[in-house]
Amino acid sequence: MSTITLAGQALEVDEGGFLLNPDQWTPEVADDLARQAGIDPLTERHWQVIDFCRRDAAEKGTPPSLRRITKVLGVPTKELYTLFPKGPGILAARIAGLTKPKGCV
Amino acid sequence: MKKLLILGGGTAGTLMSAKMRRALPRDEWAITVVDQDDTHVYQPGLLFVPFGVYRARDIVRSRARYAPRGVELILAGVDRIDPDASKVRLKGGTELSYDFLILATGSRIVPAELEGLTGPGWQESAFDFYTLDGADRLFHALSRFDRGRLVLNVAEMPIKCPVAPLEFLFLADWHLRKRGVRENVELVYATPLDGAFTKPKASEVLGQLLIDKGIRVESLFQASEVNGQDRTLSSWDGRQLPYDLLVSIPTHMGSQSIGDSDMGDELAFVPTDPHSLRSKGWDNVFVLGDATDLPSSKAGSVAHFQGGVVEENLLRSIGERPLGDGFDGHANCFIETGFGKAVLIDFNYDTEPLPGRFPLAGIGPLRLLKESRFNHWGKLAFQWIYWNMLLAGRELPFVETRMSMRGKWT
Repeated sequence: MSTITLAGQALEVDEGGFLLNPDQWTPEVADDLARQAGIDPLTERHWQVIDFCRRDAAEKGTPPSLRRITKVLGVPTKELYTLFPKGPGILAARIAGLTKPKGCV
Repeated sequence: MKKLLILGGGTAGTLMSAKMRRALPRDEWAITVVDQDDTHVYQPGLLFVPFGVYRARDIVRSRARYAPRGVELILAGVDRIDPDASKVRLKGGTELSYDFLILATGSRIVPAELEGLTGPGWQESAFDFYTLDGADRLFHALSRFDRGRLVLNVAEMPIKCPVAPLEFLFLADWHLRKRGVRENVELVYATPLDGAFTKPKASEVLGQLLIDKGIRVESLFQASEVNGQDRTLSSWDGRQLPYDLLVSIPTHMGSQSIGDSDMGDELAFVPTDPHSLRSKGWDNVFVLGDATDLPSSKAGSVAHFQGGVVEENLLRSIGERPLGDGFDGHANCFIETGFGKAVLIDFNYDTEPLPGRFPLAGIGPLRLLKESRFNHWGKLAFQWIYWNMLLAGRELPFVETRMSMRGKWT
């Protein structure tokens, strides 16, 4: 656990950089989290994904899997990798202020 | 006469039919189990088939043999479930109505979900071991394999028995060493996870075993395509892994009938209350085993632990009493590590696998999160327990439905 300052707030994050207190998330925090991950700026398309992840997590209690994002939101996997390079499932969840996707064990 | 209908005659369906037949009076309740075939596979045994430890015929029995007295077994595929009308139509047109339905329809692999996997080279240089046929074909390929790169890929989570990919690699290392060809073979584990396993303490122990055995890990590897002609596996982030032998754990989905009946999520797993195990959509439908959308492991031990909860809640539902929330995500898995040893893990929704002794605190005889020979014997002995106790819906000695912290070191 460590503390970082984003969008003028001191925020506690875990070792993976995920917010420990989801109530501290704001769109400005998302902008800063994205910038840290090399995404600048967040486009409308990014926000579609982030908004979906937040809505779905609120409903299901856990961030959506990659397949769920592609299938339900309709953004192809290839595009998700362009929007959120390396690991879109994990990165989108982190920027959206959610927990790390469980990967189901 | 009231009707309890159970779809699926595998681990979960069979043990539920036995439990409910004991619990419900025969003159009031008819119990019917439906399955598409008469082949009951002891699925934990599939892991051992590619290495010649078991033959395919050693792990298969007739479902009919395990249908309890007083339970009707119908061998037919399910065409459509209509949960709003409490009816099920079978292939061939027969219609069954029910008062309560238990979905124990399991999960299946769908290799075609990964682009190119079922194209050129499928079952020649690319195999699965989650089906009897696949495991048997891989046995023949593996017995000829003496040099090159073996890649094991998990296409997508969730999979049945999340530790099986690790066990396969540990056993492959043992098998190749025994044959004196290990130094000619590179073993690679390509996984979408960010480590050996998803739970930190176990990931550490199992990750160290992978290092000790010289197995390379490609983590966060989300497979995009198999090119069977060039024998290359690619990932969405642009990595390419050439292989000589590809062992794939393909995408898992729930039963086709669940998808066709619009009862499932994007992978045809049924939305289920994590504690009561009642379906989220219908009050007279309960779900257990691999068919649920729960974050618990898809494993026989989980179906066993869920069985007691479904029995309790089904009886409460029938008696119009409030449901209990008995399920805690309890799972218990042996992890075969090769050379006659195994690791045992015991965990639930909230508590990750921890070291200790099991099932008796301080005594064992099994060791948690540590390799031992006794664990390996436990794993082999389990087939007997499975056919004779687990399927009959009996409690196992010393092993409780809810996970216990006794004997665990924190």
